[in-house]
Amino acid sequence: MAISVVMPRLSDTMEEGKILRWLKKEGDRVEGGDIIAEVQTDKADIEMEAFGSGILRKIVVGAGQSAPVGQLIGVIAEEGEDLSALLTPVAGMAAVGPTSIESGASASVARTLEVAAPGRIKASPLAKRLARAQGIDLSMIKGSGPGGRVIRRDLAAVPPSAAAIGQPAPPIAERAVAMAPTAPSAEFEDRELSPMRRAIAKRVAHSTATVPHFYLTVEVAMEKAAELREAMQAQAPDLKVTFTDIIIRAVVMALARYPAMNASFMDDRIRIYSQINLGIAVALEAGLINPVLRDCAKKSVMQIARESKNLVERARALKLRPEEYTGATFTVSNLGMYEIEEFTAIINPPEAAILAIGRIQSTPVVVDGAVQIGQRMRMTLSCDHRAVDGAMGAIFLQEVKRLLEHPFHLILQPE
Amino acid sequence: MADEHTYDLAVVGAGPGGYVASIRAAQLGMRVALVERDRVGGVCLNWGCIPTKALLQSSQVLSLMRRTGEFGIYADNLRADFSVAVKRSREKAERLSKGIEFLMRKNKVTVFSGEARFTSVKELEMIGRDGKTSGAIRAERILLATGSRPRLLPNVAVDGKVVLTSTEAMLLDRAPASMIIIGAGAIGVEFADIYRAYGTAVTLIEMLPTILPYEDEEITALLHRALTKKGITILTNTGVERVTVERGQARVRVSGNGESQELLGETVLVAVGRIPNSEVSGLKELGVATKNGFVTVDERMESSIAGIYAIGDLVGPPLLAHKASHDGIDAVEKMAKLEDVATADSRRIPSCTYCYPQVASIGLTEAKAKAMGHTVRVGRFPFSASGMAITLGETEGMVKVIADAAHGEILGVHIIGAHATELIAEAGLAIALEATPEEIVRSIHAHPTLSEAMSEAALAALGRALHI
Repeated sequence: MAISVVMPRLSDTMEEGKILRWLKKEGDRVEGGDIIAEVQTDKADIEMEAFGSGILRKIVVGAGQSAPVGQLIGVIAEEGEDLSALLTPVAGMAAVGPTSIESGASASVARTLEVAAPGRIKASPLAKRLARAQGIDLSMIKGSGPGGRVIRRDLAAVPPSAAAIGQPAPPIAERAVAMAPTAPSAEFEDRELSPMRRAIAKRVAHSTATVPHFYLTVEVAMEKAAELREAMQAQAPDLKVTFTDIIIRAVVMALARYPAMNASFMDDRIRIYSQINLGIAVALEAGLINPVLRDCAKKSVMQIARESKNLVERARALKLRPEEYTGATFTVSNLGMYEIEEFTAIINPPEAAILAIGRIQSTPVVVDGAVQIGQRMRMTLSCDHRAVDGAMGAIFLQEVKRLLEHPFHLILQPE
Repeated sequence: MADEHTYDLAVVGAGPGGYVASIRAAQLGMRVALVERDRVGGVCLNWGCIPTKALLQSSQVLSLMRRTGEFGIYADNLRADFSVAVKRSREKAERLSKGIEFLMRKNKVTVFSGEARFTSVKELEMIGRDGKTSGAIRAERILLATGSRPRLLPNVAVDGKVVLTSTEAMLLDRAPASMIIIGAGAIGVEFADIYRAYGTAVTLIEMLPTILPYEDEEITALLHRALTKKGITILTNTGVERVTVERGQARVRVSGNGESQELLGETVLVAVGRIPNSEVSGLKELGVATKNGFVTVDERMESSIAGIYAIGDLVGPPLLAHKASHDGIDAVEKMAKLEDVATADSRRIPSCTYCYPQVASIGLTEAKAKAMGHTVRVGRFPFSASGMAITLGETEGMVKVIADAAHGEILGVHIIGAHATELIAEAGLAIALEATPEEIVRSIHAHPTLSEAMSEAALAALGRALHI
């Protein structure tokens, strides 16, 4: 019995994957569980196993090509078995390269995607049609119909800027032509979007378009936190304890005290999470990723330092498993090491807030009427105003500041 | 107050809104009391939908008997006894009312007989027919489903003998020689059809330009023609100035289209709509807000006073039994905080008139759709082109599908003809699932059936009609 090998969904947000390389050639024998290919997703490079045994008879999507989740990428079958039934309906799809998917404008491509992922997105026929016409990616819409089915009214709620994310190319191209029909174009190079870049583009655009952000900034005296860090460093010379680790501990303690910040706005309710899963924004060459420290309410600074070091290293090597970069309930993003004084970060939906950390700088400060040199750090909290109001955000931020300025709280044995 | 008189939910009114809400609430584990002053089943079952449909069945069998010759069947000495038709309709209502009593017992809903009166936000007192208090209950939540009653005209006194409302009109012991019906909505049109079949000279008066004024004009034009052909006199754009009764004879002064005239009739039926029964004793004192007599409710069907809910005719149009039932389920499921509760969307509520030919519709009329700014594609399919309709001898009819030209959203479906009220269910499903004409067409319709007309009308809306 022939087995269709389809592009697997390797993360929640994955919509397509790129075959980095096939580890088996056409004609090779494969056993169930063999690694047959490496796939690049929006988050990581992942090895793909065969689900059954036989001969890899056909590679439909070659190395370097991308395919949407659910699309046929190869066929495993016995020698001499007739594959025409499996291959015929997708003959057209195999020819669809990544570039033509990107252009996304022609009906045939849209239909291909629909066929490729049947039943993946529950949506009414009308919603599908409207989404196609308006270039809205249905996978980004939370359906309000039975069982989360996307219906017409869900699309009406999508603001036009978000609606444009799906297919920005045609209108922009048209506009450019209309505005400067004769102007010589500057030289340029078009870079293909990596799956990760595409996922980032969608997420941030979706977040800024749909999540009403507000920002709160506070300045924190970091002298005592610096002392704590030095003391810890002395105690565990092999382990590098960073300011981020200490800040994370403070954030986790503040979240435990104010669970309203550890929340998601869910359209008709607010979900408060009982577990704290802290995302850490990590810059990569090709983009960024948020590894997640799970259930960290009771983790000490040392534990946080150890686990985050491991996570960050593997994130940089693109070796995270999906469960290690999904499910955060709050994120911390630190750009202090790049000498950024302060910045505002974009919330990762469905999280309700993100804390952006600037650098620690020496500043003249007045203490007891005298000018001294102080160590000051500015941090900015971005909140989803649908879930959290200003005062709540401020109280939370005040608590983080208090903990960092009185860091002995951070090392008291967690209850 | 003793525990056995304490309930999670008390429902006032056992019509299709109240009794359905009671069953659903009981299913969800609530302890439910249902208060009814008359018979369970409400107007729908006792004085509305059910008995009138039974009468229409008699009148339609009679009409069919008159044309059996075309089938090669000859019925000589045809006799019709209207009083038996009325008796039969009462039996059907009785039987269904008994069925609901059974359903209440089965679901452990406690039924109280009496008129409800609020003594506090959470307490009701029942007043018996003798005017004495027959009991009292306390409930965490109270759901009002008291329905509606016929609207009267300020210048027309109903005496129940010559000048009637629908209630008296379904209890006459014989078909009168003549009847003047004021109002050509669903009720007026249905009674016109019933009595015309029994030989009554019927005059149907409507103030607005068309009969069934809320239906699509193309459909009502066809109905107007069909009813006129039966011998019903229809006066549209006509208002009633005065109704007087002299020696058991009604004189109706009407004016319209620039002239005034006096009509004489044995009976007059006032069928100018219905008004909500919002005068529940004690309700006003509690401060429950109303607007034009309808109780104001939010999306959870909760009134301006927390814990007091209202559904059905009491909260506003359309005043239809199936809308009341849907409201009832909706309200109770939201009380129970269930997910995926389907709120009634007035554009998705079918409306049916059971005259012959039947009229059924859902969604917007063509005129309304255009007025709302839609560019529409209209697909029509006449029953005269339907194989099944031809074999049945039911070629008078049409299905009309109105879709938005841009994305195929089905805005409205209008049907006139045999079994229209059954055929509309497919359109309801299509609209509820947000199907477009394309999906209707892809669903294979059995041949030969009248339902093929729906598929063909959808094809026509796509510009691909096969059989016309």
